[in-house]
Amino acid sequence: MRIKTMAEYAANGETPEVLFWVGCASSFDQRTQKITKAFATILDKVGVQFAVLGREESCTGDPARRAGNEFIFQMMAQSNIQVLNMYEVKKIVTTCPHCFNTIKNEYPALGGNYEVIHHTTYLQQLIDAGKIVLKDGGAFKGKKITYHDSCYLGRANDIYEAPRKVLEILDAELIEMKRCKSNGLCCGAGGAQMFKEEEKGNVRINTERGREAVETGAAVVAANCPFCMTMLTDGVKEAGKEDSVKVLDLAEIIAESLK
Amino acid sequence: MQIVQQLLFVIAFGVAVYLFSQQARQIRKNILLGQDEDLSDHPNLRWRNLLLLAFGQKKMFRNPLVAVLHFFVYAGFVIINLEILEIILDGILGTHRLFVPVLGSLYPILIGLFEVLAALVLISCAIFLVRRNVLKLRRFMSHDLDGWPRSDANYILITEIVLMTLFLTMNAADQQMQARGAEHYIATGPFWISGQLSPLFNGLSDGAVTGIERACWWLHILGILAFLNYLPYSKHLHIILAFPNAYYAKLEPMGEMDNMPAIQHEVKMMLQPELAADAPATDVIPKFGAKDVTDLTWKNLLDAYSCTECGRCSAACPANMTGKLLSPRKIMMDTRDRVTEVGKNIKANGSFQDDGKTLLRDYISEEELRACTTCNACVQECPVSISPLDIILQLRRYLVMEESSAPAEWTGMFSNIENNMAPWKFGPEDRENWIQEMNSQS
Repeated sequence: MRIKTMAEYAANGETPEVLFWVGCASSFDQRTQKITKAFATILDKVGVQFAVLGREESCTGDPARRAGNEFIFQMMAQSNIQVLNMYEVKKIVTTCPHCFNTIKNEYPALGGNYEVIHHTTYLQQLIDAGKIVLKDGGAFKGKKITYHDSCYLGRANDIYEAPRKVLEILDAELIEMKRCKSNGLCCGAGGAQMFKEEEKGNVRINTERGREAVETGAAVVAANCPFCMTMLTDGVKEAGKEDSVKVLDLAEIIAESLK
Repeated sequence: MQIVQQLLFVIAFGVAVYLFSQQARQIRKNILLGQDEDLSDHPNLRWRNLLLLAFGQKKMFRNPLVAVLHFFVYAGFVIINLEILEIILDGILGTHRLFVPVLGSLYPILIGLFEVLAALVLISCAIFLVRRNVLKLRRFMSHDLDGWPRSDANYILITEIVLMTLFLTMNAADQQMQARGAEHYIATGPFWISGQLSPLFNGLSDGAVTGIERACWWLHILGILAFLNYLPYSKHLHIILAFPNAYYAKLEPMGEMDNMPAIQHEVKMMLQPELAADAPATDVIPKFGAKDVTDLTWKNLLDAYSCTECGRCSAACPANMTGKLLSPRKIMMDTRDRVTEVGKNIKANGSFQDDGKTLLRDYISEEELRACTTCNACVQECPVSISPLDIILQLRRYLVMEESSAPAEWTGMFSNIENNMAPWKFGPEDRENWIQEMNSQS
C-alpha cells in the first residue's frame, strides 16, 4: 500500500475519490495513529482511491474556538479552506468527530462547502455496498462489546445508528451502557478540556465513564473519536482493567476482522 | 349587594390584569436588552418545534412517569382555564354558571372532565412535593436552589393544590345547594367528583353551605389572579415562555457554534492583504464575547426567563456530576437574576448606571466556565429548548479575547496552533510520520 497526498495526486493531474482528513489527534500520538493506519488499510483493501493532505493539513481550529479564541479558529479555518478549495475537494472522510463537526457545520459559513462524512458512517456505507467482507469467525465473534457515543458525533450531529450498525456485522454481543445515545456521558475531553487539567471536583470524568464501561462486563469498548480513545483508555486503566478490557476504534475493529 | 360584589370583582380583575401586563412589559423590555439576532427563518420548522416541544412536551418524555404527571398538571392548567372564563363572566355579570343554559346536558360532562383533571393535578402536585421534600432527588437538593428558588417551587405546588381543592369544594357545595333546590343554584346535573363529595355538607345549614360555596368561588378566582401576578417573579413563568422559546429554538446541529463575522473579516484581511485595500474602513472596535447580560442575545435572555430550574441540565452535566463547580442551571438562574437587576437599574435611573457588577465574575466564575466540555448534554436535556452552553461559550470568548485570561495550558495550546498548526508541539512534517511508516512497510 502507498498512501498518497493530495499534492501527489495533483502533480499527476489526478483527483482522488475522497480526502481522508486525519486530524491532529490521530496524526502524532502512537496509540491514536493506529486508528489512522487501520482506516487507511480498510480504504486501501476495499479499493477506495483516497488522499491525505499530509503536512498541508492544519488543526481545524475546534479546540481554540471552544476555548474562546475565535481569532485562531478563523486563521486555521480560513487557511484550511484555502487549501481544500485549491485542490477542489468535494468529499471528505474523517476519523475525528471534532474535525467532522467543524468542517461539516462551521466551515460553510466561511466558504468551505464539502460533503463531510465521519468514518463510522463511511464504514456503514461500505458494508451496505457489500465492499467490506469480514473473515469467518472474526476476532470479535461472540465477544461483548460496548459502544461509547462521542458527544460530537452523537448529540452534536445526531449520529447514533451508523456506528452501531457497523458493530452489528461482527456477530458480537452489543451491550449498551446505562448512559448511551443522546444520554451518553462525555469522556471529558471536549471543549478544549483535552488540553488542560480538569477543574477541582470529586472524580475525573473519564474515570467515571471508564468505570461505567467496565461495569458492562464488555471485553471491548468501541470508540469513534481519538480524544475519547485517550480518555477511555486512561479510565479503563484506572478501573484496573487494562489487561482484560480493550478500548478500540471502530476502524481498528473492522480492520482486524477484514478478510 | 349583588352590584357591590360585581364591582369588587371587576376592580380585582382589572387590577390583576393591569399589574400583570406591567410586569410582562418589563420582562419583555429586559429580554430586548439583549443583542439582536434574527430568528425569523424557517417558520415551518419553528412551528413544528413549538407543537412538539412546547405543546407536546416531547423532551419531558425522556422520563415517562414524570412526563405523565407533568402532563396532567399542564393539561389541567390549560383546560381548566376554560372554566375560568365562565367564572370571570359570572363575576362581571353577576350571573351564576352562565354556561349551563348554553351547553345544556354537555355542561356536567365538561365540568366532570375538569374535575377529573383537577384531581389529577392535585395528586401530581402532591407527588411532586414528595419528590422534592421527602425523596430529596439530587437535582432538587443542589445548592443552586438554596433559599428563594427552593421555596418558590414549593409555593407553586402548594398553590396549585389549594386552587384545585377550592375548585372541587366549590362544586361540591354547589351540588349540595342544587339538591336542596335553592333558587340561585341552577340545576346542572351531577358532577363526577364533587357530586360524590357533596353529601359531606348534608348536616350544614343553607347559609353555611352557600357561604362555603361563595368563599371557595372568591378564593379560587382571587387565588388565580394572585398566581398570575406571582408568575413574573417565579420560575413558573415557563408555562408562558416555553412556547416562544421552543419557537425560537436553535435549528442548526447542536455542535455548530455561531460564527463571528467581525473576526472572520479581520482574519481574512490578514491572510489576504490584497483584499484590504478595497475593504471599507471601519473605526468601530467591536467587543468580543459577553461580559454582561447586555452582550448576550435576546434569545439567551428569553432562555433565562423560560428556565423553570428543574435541573435536568445539571443532572446530565458531566462536570456537575463529577463535583465541579459548573451547573448549567445556575448559569441560567444567574443570567435571569442579573438581567432583572439591570432592568431595575434602568427603570430607576432612566438609563443603565454602572453598578460595578457584571454577569462574569459577580455571578458566574471563571472556574465554572472552564469546567464545560461542550458536550451538549444540558442542551439535549432541556425540555424548554434552553442553551446554557451558548452563554458559557460567549463568556469564554470574552475571557480569552478581551482579557487574554486562559489557563496556562490553553495559552500553550493556542501558541502551538498559531506556530505549528497543531495543538501540540509537533511540526507539520510530523503529520507524515505515520505515512512514511506505512509506505515503508509495503
